[in-house]
Amino acid sequence: MKRLLGQLVVPALTLLVAGGAFANPEPWQLNMTPGVTATSQDVYQLHMLILWICVFIGIAVFGAMFYAMFKFRKSKGAVAARFSHNTTAEVIWTTIPILILLGMAYPATRTLVRMADTGNAELTVKITGYQWKWRYEYLGEDVKFMSSLARAADEARQLGSGIDPHSVENYLLDVDRPLVIPTGTKVRFVITADDVIHAWWVPSLGWKQDAIPGFINEAWTQVDEPGVYRGQCAELCGKDHGFMPIVVVAKPRAEFDAWLAGQKAAQMPAGAVAASAPTATSSGI
Amino acid sequence: MAHHGDHTHDAAHDGHDDHDHKPSGFFERWFCGTNHKDIGTLYLVFSLIMFLVGGSMALVIRAELFQPGMQLVEPDFFNSMTTMHALVMIFGAVMPAFVGLANWMIPMMIGAPDMALPRMNNWSFWIMPFAFALLLSTLFMDGGGPAGGWTLYPPLSIQGGNNVAFVIFAVHMMGISSIMGAINIIATILNLRAPGMDLLKMPVFVWTWLITAFLLIAVMPVLAGSVTMLLTDKYFGTTFFSAAGGGDPVMFQHIFWFFGHPEVYIMILPAFGVASEIIPTFSRKPLFGYQAMVYATASIAFLSFIVWAHHMFTVGMPLGGLIFFMYATMLIAIPTGVKVFNWVATMWRGSMSFETPMLFAVGFVILFTIGGFSGLMLAIVPADFQYHDTYFVVAHFHYVLVTGAIFSIMGAVYYWLPKWTGRMYNETLGKVHFWLSTITVNILFFPQHFLGLAGMPRRIPDYNVAFADFNMISSIGGFAFGLSQLLFAWIIIDVCFLKRGQKATAGVWEGARGLEWTLSSPAPYHSFSTPPKIDDRMLAHGDVAH
Ligand SMILES: [Cu+2]
Ligand SMILES: [Cu+2]
Repeated sequence: MKRLLGQLVVPALTLLVAGGAFANPEPWQLNMTPGVTATSQDVYQLHMLILWICVFIGIAVFGAMFYAMFKFRKSKGAVAARFSHNTTAEVIWTTIPILILLGMAYPATRTLVRMADTGNAELTVKITGYQWKWRYEYLGEDVKFMSSLARAADEARQLGSGIDPHSVENYLLDVDRPLVIPTGTKVRFVITADDVIHAWWVPSLGWKQDAIPGFINEAWTQVDEPGVYRGQCAELCGKDHGFMPIVVVAKPRAEFDAWLAGQKAAQMPAGAVAASAPTATSSGI
Repeated sequence: MAHHGDHTHDAAHDGHDDHDHKPSGFFERWFCGTNHKDIGTLYLVFSLIMFLVGGSMALVIRAELFQPGMQLVEPDFFNSMTTMHALVMIFGAVMPAFVGLANWMIPMMIGAPDMALPRMNNWSFWIMPFAFALLLSTLFMDGGGPAGGWTLYPPLSIQGGNNVAFVIFAVHMMGISSIMGAINIIATILNLRAPGMDLLKMPVFVWTWLITAFLLIAVMPVLAGSVTMLLTDKYFGTTFFSAAGGGDPVMFQHIFWFFGHPEVYIMILPAFGVASEIIPTFSRKPLFGYQAMVYATASIAFLSFIVWAHHMFTVGMPLGGLIFFMYATMLIAIPTGVKVFNWVATMWRGSMSFETPMLFAVGFVILFTIGGFSGLMLAIVPADFQYHDTYFVVAHFHYVLVTGAIFSIMGAVYYWLPKWTGRMYNETLGKVHFWLSTITVNILFFPQHFLGLAGMPRRIPDYNVAFADFNMISSIGGFAFGLSQLLFAWIIIDVCFLKRGQKATAGVWEGARGLEWTLSSPAPYHSFSTPPKIDDRMLAHGDVAH
C-alpha cells in the first residue's frame, strides 16, 4: 500500500510542480510534454493557455449550475420565477466568448505560421512509412536505412509470449536503428509512405505529420538539447500499427558529423544495409 | 384511419385497448405494423441490443488494454473490435435511439395522429436488422471483420478481404434507412402539425430533429458516394483514392468528413433537444431563450458543413486551409456556449427536483461541456498536432457521445417511459443507475485525457509500461460502466414486461409541459386523431410571447 501510494502521489506531485519537464512518457504523466524544441514549447504554452481558459470557464459555468442546484430546490421551498429572456445576459454571454476566442486565435495562428516555415534547413531527411517500419534517408548524403521495433520488445509483445513488458527497457518505444540528427540545426523532413497512411510523431518535437503514399509532406525541427526522444506511428496502419516506434537521437554537431561519415563509409562499398530494403515509390522530391 | 374519427384522444381519454385497433397478431403488429409508437419501440429495442453488442466489443478492447503486453487477442482482431465498436455504436445504437425517440414523440408533441409516411417508416426500420446482420457477419468470415477503423481510410480499408464489400453494402443500407427516416420526420413536422402549432411554438426536441433530418438528407448520400468509390477502387479497378492511378487518398478523407462532421451533430442535436425538454420540466420554469436555442441549433448545423477538415489537420493541408478550418471550428463554441448558458439560466431561480431524467440531463450538460472544452482545444491546430490521433481524442469524443448523446438518450427514456408504458419505473434503481454510470464513466474516460497528453496513440492494442496505470484504471471503469448498464436494461424490463411500478398519471411530472402530457399514460395507440387545441401555456417554453 505504501509502495502504491508512493508510486501514485510522488510522481503526480512532481509532475504538477515541475509542469512535466520530461522528454519521454512517464508513469502517471498527466500533461503534455513541453518537449525540447522552441516549437514544442510554443505548442505546450498554447495548450496550457487553452486548458486554463477552459478550466476558468468551467468553474464559472459549473459553479453557477451547482449554486442553482443547491439554492433553487423545490425541497427547500424555492418558488420558480417565470422569466425566459434576458437580453443583456444573452448579449454578454455571446460577446465574451468571441473575445476569448480571438485571444486564443492570435497566438495559435502565430505558432502555426512558424511551424509551417520549412525554409532554410541545413539538412533534409526523407521519412518513408512502411507496414510496419520506418525508412530514413539523408538526402544528398547517400545514407539510408530502415528502423524497426527493437528485437526484445518484438518478442515480448507476441500473444502469450510470457515475457513481462516491464522487464523490457523502453518497451515498444525502442528501435534497432534510431534516426540521428544534429543539435542546433534546422532539420527538414519530407514525409511519405509506401503502402498505407502512417503518421510520424515524436511528442518531444511538438508535432505529428501524416505519411501518405504518393504524396510528400513537409515538417521541420531544431533540437538544441542532445538526447533520445521517442515516439510512435500515430495513424492506424494495419495489424502492427502499435509496433512501429520512432526514436530520434540528437547529437552535438561534431558527433553527428562523425556518425554520418561512419554511416557513409559503411553503406558505400556494398550498400549492405540499404540495398535489402525496398526503395520508396518515389513520386519525386 | 377514418374509423377513428369518433374518438377524441384528449386528456380525458383513458386509452382502452379495445378501442385502439392494434393489429391482432404478433407478426402483423411488430413486423408489418406502421404505427409510430410500435416502430419507435422497435428502434429503441434495436438500439438497446446494439448498445450491448457494441459495449461488449468495447470490453474486449478494455480487457486487452488492462495491462501492457498482448494477453487476449491478436492485433488484427483488436483492430476489428475498435472498428466494429464504432460502427455499431454510431449507426446501431445512437442514431436508431434518436430515430426511435423521434418516432414516439414527434407526432405526440406536434399534435399529429402518426408519422406522415407510415409504410416507409416500417421499411426504414426493417432495413436496419439486415444491415447489421451483414455487418456483424463479417466477424465470422475468413479474414475477419473490417479492421481499418470506422473511418474506412484507404488504402488501409481496402486491404481487407471481402468484408469490405459487406461493410460497404451495410453502410449503404443504413444510409437508405436514415434518409427515409429523415424524410419522414421532415414530412411529419412540416405537414402534420396541429392547427396553431406554429414552427416557433414547436418543442425544442422537434426543432432539433427537424434540423438533424435535413443534415441527414444532406450528408448520408455523401457517405454513400465515398464508400461506393472505395468499392470500385477495390473491385473494379478505379483509382479514386490511389496515387498510383492519379487519385488521392486524402480526397477520401475530405469526402468522408464532409459527411462525418455533420454526422457528429446528427448525434448531438437531438440530445440538445432532449435536455431542453427535461430541464424546464424539473426546474418548473419555462425554457430560457427558446428562440436563441432554435437559432443556435441552426447555426451549429450550418457551421457543421464548413469545419470537416479539423479531423485531418495533420494530412498536410496548406497553411490557409489550416487557418480557415481552425477559425470556423472555434466559432462553433459560440452557439454551443449559448445553449449551455441557456440551460443554466433555465435552472436559475427555478424550483428544482432531481428525479432520474433530471439527473441525466444535468449530467449531460456538465459532461458534454467537458467534451466541448476538449473539442475547443482540439480546434487549435498547433496543439492538435500533438493531440491528434491520441487517447486525448478518444476521451474527447467519448465525453461527447457517451456522456453527451447516450446520457441524453437515457434521460429521455426515463422521462418518457411512464408516458409510453403507463407505469413509473423504479425511481431508486434509476438514481442508482445514474450515479453508477456517472462515476464509472468518468473513471473510464477521464484518465484517457492523461494518456493522450502523455503520448499514447489511439487504436493500439499494446503500449509502453508508462501508460499502464491509467489504462488499468480506465479498464476498471469500463467494466464497471458496462455492468451498470445491465441495471438500465433491468429497469426497463421491470416496467415493460413485469409491469411493476405505480400507474402513471397523464401529466407524469409536476412541471411537464407540452402536448404529449395531455394524452393518457400509456398514450393511446393513435396519438391525436383529432387535432388538439394549442394552449400556449401548455407548451414547454411556457406562456412567453415571442
Ligand atoms: Cu501506424
Ligand atoms: Cu468534426
